[in-house]
Amino acid sequence: MSEPKNAWLQPHRLVLIAIAAALVISAAVFMRWDWLPRYYDLALQGIWRTIWLLVVTCALGMMLAVPLGLAQAAGPWWLAAPAKAFCTVIRGTPLLLQLWLLYFGLGSLFPQYPWIRESDLWPYLRQAWPYAVVALTMSFAAYEGEVMRGAFAGVPRGQLEAARAFGMKRFTIFRRIWLPQAIQRALPTLAGETVLQLKATPLVATITVVDIYAVASRVRQDTFIIYEPLLLLALIYLLITGVIVLLFRRLEARIPARVG
Amino acid sequence: MDLLALKPPGWGGNLLRGLLNSVYIALGAYVLGLMIGIGGACGKLYGGPVVRDLLETYTTIVRAVPELVLILLLYFAGADLINRLLEAMGYARVDINGLAAGIVVLGFVQGAYSTEVLRGAILAIPQGQIEAARAYGMPPLLMLRRITIPAMLPFAIPGLANLWLIATKDTALLAVVGFNELTQITRQAAGATKAYLTFFLAAGALYLALTLFSNVIIARIERWSRRGMPAIGGGP
Repeated sequence: MSEPKNAWLQPHRLVLIAIAAALVISAAVFMRWDWLPRYYDLALQGIWRTIWLLVVTCALGMMLAVPLGLAQAAGPWWLAAPAKAFCTVIRGTPLLLQLWLLYFGLGSLFPQYPWIRESDLWPYLRQAWPYAVVALTMSFAAYEGEVMRGAFAGVPRGQLEAARAFGMKRFTIFRRIWLPQAIQRALPTLAGETVLQLKATPLVATITVVDIYAVASRVRQDTFIIYEPLLLLALIYLLITGVIVLLFRRLEARIPARVG
Repeated sequence: MDLLALKPPGWGGNLLRGLLNSVYIALGAYVLGLMIGIGGACGKLYGGPVVRDLLETYTTIVRAVPELVLILLLYFAGADLINRLLEAMGYARVDINGLAAGIVVLGFVQGAYSTEVLRGAILAIPQGQIEAARAYGMPPLLMLRRITIPAMLPFAIPGLANLWLIATKDTALLAVVGFNELTQITRQAAGATKAYLTFFLAAGALYLALTLFSNVIIARIERWSRRGMPAIGGGP
């Protein structure tokens, strides 16, 4: 079945696009947007903080996920068991609960100890964002660690045996053969995990980190306008998701498709 | 530990009631999501071009926007819409039942994911089986019941099991709109007694127990649905 070149623009699609455009225009005309200029700067800061959280926690989480996956796939039992337990516990409880446990639970415990209050870390421990970063990083590491376990186990044995036959050292095998192939295998799921991570970031608003979701909530509380900020918020998240998907598609296109 | 006692000075009973509420919402949302999913998957596979495009829009948007934002949007918009409809028809405004609202909102989100899972599972059925059923002259509904659903189950169950685990954890998000499920009650208990760590750890243990228990059941269902299929990796 060969499709014509402009199969995407079928008549019914044109009608649907026209309806969607009409909805957007009527939303722009009939809804209240006069609050936008006042909150413009705050919204930009919020978007920046959301993206910052996403990038930092994904990068840190990935760094943690590699040892977690490796320990489960090839480690001795005293490394594999704790890694598996960590992944099970984090994946088995809601992120919101983990976040509140860290922020309200640990956060209320720390001030009792004078040596913590006098340490250099105290100015950070009093703020909310370190807790958000830790919780989101652990969550990403646990989910991606599970993926990396499968990816490490999925690299064909022959590849590793060939590397050993060449006389490569164990660390060189890991760096040059095992890790790159495992990451290639994990890449398709990585895009999905990153989108899931983006969708987890608004939870940090519940512990007073001012991300874009928190900005929208503040608009709602200040002006009693309910729908407009939420719709705009949904649109912003849609756009960020689109960018993530595009970036990963580019990345995947640069890597040869056939593995193993 | 006294704080976790089941009788009233302790909060254990409240926590368990919260867990029960969470399980109710998760079950309701899951079943609703499955129904939306079956309809959505059939629509995506066999529907006309307009139905397909609309379903594609639904699944894309729901899967790209955070659940928290969707919950707020649907919660406010849904309650508002129903009340306006009631007023237009001359009835008094009603307060939306929190349990029902939670189920509907989470079910709507789950529906998008189960649409994709079921669509993939139906596509994974060997084409010959469906053609054979057609050649025997089976009517579509009988074919759905006797061929499509049993044949797709082994492909769908891992994805559906994942969705169930997501559903149980997503109930925690309803705490943000003030619904009395486990996380919200935990927060109240912790706020009242100042024993934050105790209560959050206890709630975490309850969620974990729910997940592990679900895993046992899921493993059984998976074994049952795979009966008659060759074992993976040539097992015994």
